[in-house]
Amino acid sequence: MRVLALAGRRLAASLPSLLIILVGMFLLLQLAPGDTVDALIAQMGGGGDAAVVAELRAFYGLDISVAAQLGNYLWRLVRLDLGFSAIYGKPVSTVIMERLPATLLLMSASLSFAFFFGLLFGVIAARRVNRWPDTVISTLGLVFYATPSFWFGLMAIVLFSVHLQWLPAGGMESIGAGLTGFARLADIASHFVLPTLTLGLIFLAIYLRIMRASMLEVLTLDFVRTARAKGLDETRIITRHVLRNAMLPMVTLIGLQAGTMLGGSVVVESVFSLPGLGRLAYEAVVQRDLNTLLGIVFISALLVILVNFLVDLVYAQLDPRIAKGDG
Amino acid sequence: MRFFRNYSRSPAAVVGLLLLLVVIGMAATADWFFPQDPLNLAGRPLQWPGANPRFWFGTDNSGRDIAAQIFHGARISLLIGLVATSIAVTVGIVIGAIAGFYGGWVDDVLMRVTEAFQTLPNFLLLLVFVSIFGSELLTVVVAIGAVSWPAPARLTRAEFLSLRSREFVEACRTLGMRDRQIIFREILPNALPPVIVYASVVMAVAILLESALAFLRLSDPNVASWGNLIGLGRDVLRTQWYVSAIPGVAILLTVLAVSLVGQGLNDALNPRLKGR
Repeated sequence: MRVLALAGRRLAASLPSLLIILVGMFLLLQLAPGDTVDALIAQMGGGGDAAVVAELRAFYGLDISVAAQLGNYLWRLVRLDLGFSAIYGKPVSTVIMERLPATLLLMSASLSFAFFFGLLFGVIAARRVNRWPDTVISTLGLVFYATPSFWFGLMAIVLFSVHLQWLPAGGMESIGAGLTGFARLADIASHFVLPTLTLGLIFLAIYLRIMRASMLEVLTLDFVRTARAKGLDETRIITRHVLRNAMLPMVTLIGLQAGTMLGGSVVVESVFSLPGLGRLAYEAVVQRDLNTLLGIVFISALLVILVNFLVDLVYAQLDPRIAKGDG
Repeated sequence: MRFFRNYSRSPAAVVGLLLLLVVIGMAATADWFFPQDPLNLAGRPLQWPGANPRFWFGTDNSGRDIAAQIFHGARISLLIGLVATSIAVTVGIVIGAIAGFYGGWVDDVLMRVTEAFQTLPNFLLLLVFVSIFGSELLTVVVAIGAVSWPAPARLTRAEFLSLRSREFVEACRTLGMRDRQIIFREILPNALPPVIVYASVVMAVAILLESALAFLRLSDPNVASWGNLIGLGRDVLRTQWYVSAIPGVAILLTVLAVSLVGQGLNDALNPRLKGR
């Protein structure tokens, strides 16, 4: 219970930030040249007489003062109404909900991949510190960190899709194949292999570096010496005693980088033409669909806050001091 | 001198420095090797590297010299990295210093704003900036700086929090120094080293951000940027993959060089933490 209360307090503390984001974004978008109606008119081939334009402005609530529009906007958000996308001809929330599953799948797959292998390589590197496995892993980590993800994705397409023809080059599933059940799942999974690797690579690099450093730190602590003195074998010391403590910085990092990962998915989804939130953001920018862009910003901020909430819960599980203490 | 010896003890740091010097050398000699505008038509399009001795790295889909774009692109990447990093670090230092020095409600307000920036995915914010203010080079650089300041700000704030109640600060107050003098002349020099080291991370990320933006064709199309070239090469990826591959290697090596130098500086400044 105490853990929930603590995490809940952190959640409440993120509300002012959310408000700052929403108001800031709304005011920022007022500076954009042209509004939704202009975009709509342009899409219909330009022209449009003044009466129709004025009517459209009234329909979209754009004929009142900025302050009143802001008030309306926030009030609509409270009721979870994200407005209407003129480009897609649907409510923004519908458009976003259609795109959300691909992004969530991509993010959770990448995160699991990066976390698991980051942990594994970090532990191996720390146990063989300054010997060749450590040198190889650390060097790879540095190279992965410096690799632009979209470039890695393109090169992976060239190698695995064009030359070896092992994996599909893009899309979410084979269209028109009529697959069902397990075959369809396998098909979707094969489409997500390359995007997952591409998005996860930089986080793998970060996690393994943090894990290695954190392992080295924890291994010098007194309780490890005690465990060794008790005669426990090394594997048991690592898995039972060191790992749990050394994982804490990595868990913190997940929360800090949830936003970076969402940002990275914009590029990765564009490379692999996945119909996700990131690609929607890109399309909204190109098509000047500001309502949709605002909606994506709102949902992304909510997602980041949610991830941080979950991280707080996991953190308390891993480190009982937090749950028991008064902090 | 001792700093230099510490620095050169790590082979990785030396490799990083050499790589960085090569990139700087490319940027400096771009006009000498390739005096023409790198975006001008140079020859038949899509010649593979080595097929024509005039073009070391071949030509792209519109017949422009890839080597010339790589050399001139080094300028753009370094320029973006340096300017965006200066903006981000300067803004970060000022905000972090004020928040850490005054504490109280000033700190609360500034930290809420910082959190807001950190909650929002910075690439998404960058997209919003570019879609509103356009994608000229200057706008892109300022936008990258504007999304990268929160981390330096937090770092500076943490340093200020631990320094502000030290004796030398009390002494300055007793002497009747103004806040601005205490913050920038007395505390800041002590708080600076970790922020300077962190600047290398900001610079690496700034270069990657610009290349991603250029790849999506949302950056300035009128400069020879490595990201632009990768985006262009995407159209012929299946057969002429070298058009995308070569500028990607250039980005990778530059970012690698910047992070290795940053790590080397960190190890040289804090020898105790070496190997972490």
